[in-house]
Amino acid sequence: MSDRQPLSFHVPEPAVRPGGTPDFSDVAIPKAGSVRRPEVDAKAEEIRDLAYSIIRVLNREGEAVGQWAGLLSDAELLEGLRDMMTLRAFDARMQMAQRQGKTSFYMQHMGEEAVSCAFQRALEPGDMNFPTYRQAGLLIASGYPMVEMMCQIYSNERDPMKGRQLPVLYSARDHGFFSVSGNLATQFIQAVGWAMASAIRRDTRIAVGWIGDGSTAESDFHAGLVFASTYKAPVVLNIVNNQWAISTFQGIARGGSGTFAARGLGFGMPALRVDGNDYLAVHAVAKWAVERAHRGLGPTLVEYVTYRVGAHSTSDDPSAYRPKAESDAWPLGDPVIRLKDHLIKRGAWTEARHKQAEAEILASVIAAQKEAESHGTLHSGPHPSARDMFEGVYAEMPPHLRRQRQQAGY
Amino acid sequence: MPRRNMVEAIRDAMDVAMQRDESVVVFGEDVGYFGGVFRCTQGLQQKYGTSRCFDTPISESGIVGAAVGMAAYGLRPCVEIQFADYMYPAYDQIVSEAARLRYRSNGQFTAPLVVRMPTGGGIFGGQTHSQSPEALFTHVCGLKTVVPSNPYDAKGLLIAAIEDDDPVIFLEPKRLYNGPFDGHHDRPVTPWARHPQGEVPDGHYTVPLGQAAVRRTGTAVTVLAYGTMVYVAEAAAAETGIDAEIIDLRALLPLDLDAIVASVRKTGRCVVVHEATLTSGFGAELAALVQEHCFYNLEAPVMRVTGWDTPYPHAQEWDYFPGPDRVGRALRAVMEA
Repeated sequence: MSDRQPLSFHVPEPAVRPGGTPDFSDVAIPKAGSVRRPEVDAKAEEIRDLAYSIIRVLNREGEAVGQWAGLLSDAELLEGLRDMMTLRAFDARMQMAQRQGKTSFYMQHMGEEAVSCAFQRALEPGDMNFPTYRQAGLLIASGYPMVEMMCQIYSNERDPMKGRQLPVLYSARDHGFFSVSGNLATQFIQAVGWAMASAIRRDTRIAVGWIGDGSTAESDFHAGLVFASTYKAPVVLNIVNNQWAISTFQGIARGGSGTFAARGLGFGMPALRVDGNDYLAVHAVAKWAVERAHRGLGPTLVEYVTYRVGAHSTSDDPSAYRPKAESDAWPLGDPVIRLKDHLIKRGAWTEARHKQAEAEILASVIAAQKEAESHGTLHSGPHPSARDMFEGVYAEMPPHLRRQRQQAGY
Repeated sequence: MPRRNMVEAIRDAMDVAMQRDESVVVFGEDVGYFGGVFRCTQGLQQKYGTSRCFDTPISESGIVGAAVGMAAYGLRPCVEIQFADYMYPAYDQIVSEAARLRYRSNGQFTAPLVVRMPTGGGIFGGQTHSQSPEALFTHVCGLKTVVPSNPYDAKGLLIAAIEDDDPVIFLEPKRLYNGPFDGHHDRPVTPWARHPQGEVPDGHYTVPLGQAAVRRTGTAVTVLAYGTMVYVAEAAAAETGIDAEIIDLRALLPLDLDAIVASVRKTGRCVVVHEATLTSGFGAELAALVQEHCFYNLEAPVMRVTGWDTPYPHAQEWDYFPGPDRVGRALRAVMEA
């Protein structure tokens, strides 16, 4: 007994804090093309190693290499590039609109564009995403009009949510995009429920649950995994590991575990880890997981390793908790530049055309913004009516709400 | 007329709803093969198959969260939380998700689901099998909250709840499953087989959500009650000889305010009775509404008889439970005021 010391309490800390030199030496990056592509009906126990590696397609030279390459045509890749560039331009304009007081709040995707943009292109019509607040690429890539998104952000008279919901918490049923909740992780188990329902009705559509690295600590994450694995639900469960949960580094949620993807192994679920800044890798892994779900082979857990370059939201200041240059040091690079370089390498794109595309996209975003602003912004112009506030709480307005609406003068 | 106890009536309601509508699914802990710890789902899995009635992991947030996803898909899940005391892990899914989905998505997605849960005390269940959390639901906009007091209503209200397009919390007073318990724990309970409200028709019928029922007409004082307390109030009226009008609210939200106001305007006195704790309980809402709408008709302060503001105790169950004696004292007090 005498060799025992008093107990000590352990709180994980990131490698570097503000003022220090960014250091990602602990993030092991396998060579592009080095991770094998298993058959789509592979058993979880045969591919446990994929939960600890990182599937990558694009190498440093901008080439697509290995078994996960070769799925997308030039035209499809150019579409993907355009989606990501559009999302980036959209973010920049909306971020600025928030600073100009045109809305209360915004959340950008800088650095994470490939994850949602590439994933959406792997889905089939009718499939349903249960997204978090940082997957607007799903909407962009599914062709949802930017004007509608902006009207939602501005809570103006044309806001599809009638001004009831915080900016960026979109809902677009016809585009396979479930209403985003401001509460974390709740949508993860709901996606599993939607997928169970599809299977109960012998439908062919699948669901996709989304969650961030930090929110995997929520009990609904585990509820989602246990229900998905128990009922072999046709669902893809996506963890976007962007390293930061507001100010909390991913080690606080991950604890001593190897990876977030590895959480799936205990549930007997195929679990893959993928380079989230590699459009081709994200798309290839998404296709694999989506195909499994559509074939009735059950759920797949996928971790997208990426980095949140921007602040958590317009209310956040990352310089208070991480080195300013950390994003430049992020070893997986920028998803837009990587895809651009690859397309140039393929001979399908040039720097000049890229510049021209940037200008065209910016013009289209500005045009959409002008149109949206003609319907009002948060504090000026046409608004949703105050009467609307009382609608839609129930299918039919109960007497007590009718009385309150009268009392309010509407 | 067929006779059913409350368990059988609730089971029959789900059976009828599942028969009529393929989108109705039933699940929860021990609900499938075994048929539920209170037997409310017995036989449903055999009849409708494992894809429409099944067991779940012990995860209340999982049960309700999956139900929200299923409802968004287009099903009508009717799920069981084994005891209302176990619903807290599901509270986020109920409050932030089911209740607000229609509103926040402007009707693109809705949550037509029912969460059934046995509630209330009287079975020596201690803190974890006796609670009455109805006020935690009535405080949430977007939910409907229902508490049946007899087999006929239980079936009709549950069918109405399953067919309702909004989420409904369906609280089943477990002490009433077998008979109309009036708080006299030392006396045998009349089984539903010998009670008029134990007559439960076969097939489909509904009891609308939002209509109270007058269980006893009277002129002296209005008693507002629901669930088990309806019978406690009846016993108190009989034992005190006070001509109380007893209103069984049946649904707390939407609330039948017209029935309450009409009765209190007539009697000029009001006692509110519930098993749940006093402070910020649903009785506070009722008392506020009565004074707001009937102030000039009141001849005495509105009184509340409720569970004490303590956790539900085990050994002291009958000191805690608001029985006919306490309700009778309140009736006398408002008559003397």
